[in-house]
Amino acid sequence: MEIGKRDPVTGKTTTGHEWNGIEELDTPVPRVVLFFLFVTILFSVVYWVLMPAWPLGVTYTKGLLGFDDRQVVASAVSDATLERAAWTDKVASMDFPAIQADEGLMRSVRETGRTLFADNCAVCHGVDAKGGPGFPDLTAKAWLWGGSPEQITQTIEFGINSGHPDTRVSQMMAFGRDGVLDRKQINDVVAYVRSLSGAEAATGDNAGRIEAGREVFAANCVACHGDTGKGNVEVGAPDLTDAKWIYGSDTQSVFNTVYGGRQGHMPHWKDRLTPIDVKVLALYVQSLDGAAK
Amino acid sequence: MPNFHRKLERSAIGFVLAIIVVASIGGFVEIAPLFTIDETVEKAPDMRVYTPLELAGRNIYLREGCYACHSQMIRTLRDEVERYGPYSLAVESQYDHPMLWGSKRTGPDLARVGGKYSDAWQVAHLRNPRDVVPVSVMPAYRWLEDNTLKTEDLGDHLLAMRRVGVPYTQAMIDNAPADAYGQATPDTDRAAGVSERYGEATNIRAFDGDPSRVTEMDALVAYLQILGKLTDVATAPAVAAKE
Repeated sequence: MEIGKRDPVTGKTTTGHEWNGIEELDTPVPRVVLFFLFVTILFSVVYWVLMPAWPLGVTYTKGLLGFDDRQVVASAVSDATLERAAWTDKVASMDFPAIQADEGLMRSVRETGRTLFADNCAVCHGVDAKGGPGFPDLTAKAWLWGGSPEQITQTIEFGINSGHPDTRVSQMMAFGRDGVLDRKQINDVVAYVRSLSGAEAATGDNAGRIEAGREVFAANCVACHGDTGKGNVEVGAPDLTDAKWIYGSDTQSVFNTVYGGRQGHMPHWKDRLTPIDVKVLALYVQSLDGAAK
Repeated sequence: MPNFHRKLERSAIGFVLAIIVVASIGGFVEIAPLFTIDETVEKAPDMRVYTPLELAGRNIYLREGCYACHSQMIRTLRDEVERYGPYSLAVESQYDHPMLWGSKRTGPDLARVGGKYSDAWQVAHLRNPRDVVPVSVMPAYRWLEDNTLKTEDLGDHLLAMRRVGVPYTQAMIDNAPADAYGQATPDTDRAAGVSERYGEATNIRAFDGDPSRVTEMDALVAYLQILGKLTDVATAPAVAAKE
């Protein structure tokens, strides 16, 4: 057994290892494997020269190409902004009625608005903007704070009960929990409120309750919801005479609302979205009820 | 070259030394930057620490394995910056031990989710994600609302964080259980201590909608609502540039 002994069958040399008479051939690594090994080594050397690679104390080798992820993303974002500038500049400079009158511009607004809405608003208001329990339906035209683009812009920018200094503030008192009304009064006023939208008819027993509820309503609710229950966009009080309910229209849900009060919360978006994004969203949201018809 | 290698691999000590030399190059590249981390990472002098309630929420986030589906790092890519906000900076995770950057997203990135949605939404979503996002595949976490938060050991958690460099004061550590309780019960006198020790900007409210008790839901929502809000070092320049 010696190194370099030639195997009589294949004609190749052996490694000198032998197990029970079986010897290992010293087959060299195939050239193609070696070729790719050297190519990868060469690639890494070139990469070190061109790209950021080695740490050097408080800095690093920057590479000849001057590649920097942060600059790449900054320029990608500014390129995209420039690309959109063709129509976003118009959105920024024109007022709402002028934009709404421009069908081509509104098409861009709706396209971009859909993406912005999906990224930011859809988790609460739904992809179709129809809302859900506790989250208002934006297609219903039952605007709590007004449905003009200016009013929607303010709602988006500053939110509702959002903690922003300029937030819209609205709170319905907990009439039951705080002991303002007793159980009978709440039941009466619930019957009256439901009768406003025709959910409850004034027949038999109900007629008395609704009548009693009218007085409770006049004494406690009109300050925000108005004499006729039509609501007030100044304080975000919903219209009780329409068929749109944020927290449910059945007796139990309305009872819960009167008993425990309600305080909706919409975050403020001024710090998160650019002014153009907000404007696009306001126009998009405002156009939704048109699209839903 | 092959002959050199043939000789080397036949010398046991020489080959071991060669392996150590080559392997330590990889180690050097990864470890050396850590020694200069004080000079190379951005500064965020306004950054505040997690309150005890938020730290408890973070522990629940770890316990429930949220990081397996949610990353907390916005990468330097245009689509991520446009969807989630400015890319994450290293300094933003300086009080995260361990960091929760993650690498897998079944759900969206959460690095800047703080303040993006209301508490009521977060609670409804954790109770049953399908209630608010019909296509969601996230599991429901209903028990968080039922479990009363364990607060008595939070001082020890703060102490452990201080040992690894988070600047908690002795007063914060001593008052940790009371502060955790106070942050979720705005009407009690313990709430005042929270804003005194952690700053006026601290969220103090009944995160789960029930001010009478402090649950794990309170803690987790408090944590989610602070993500990306400990410092505005990343948002301030980017917003200025975008406008």
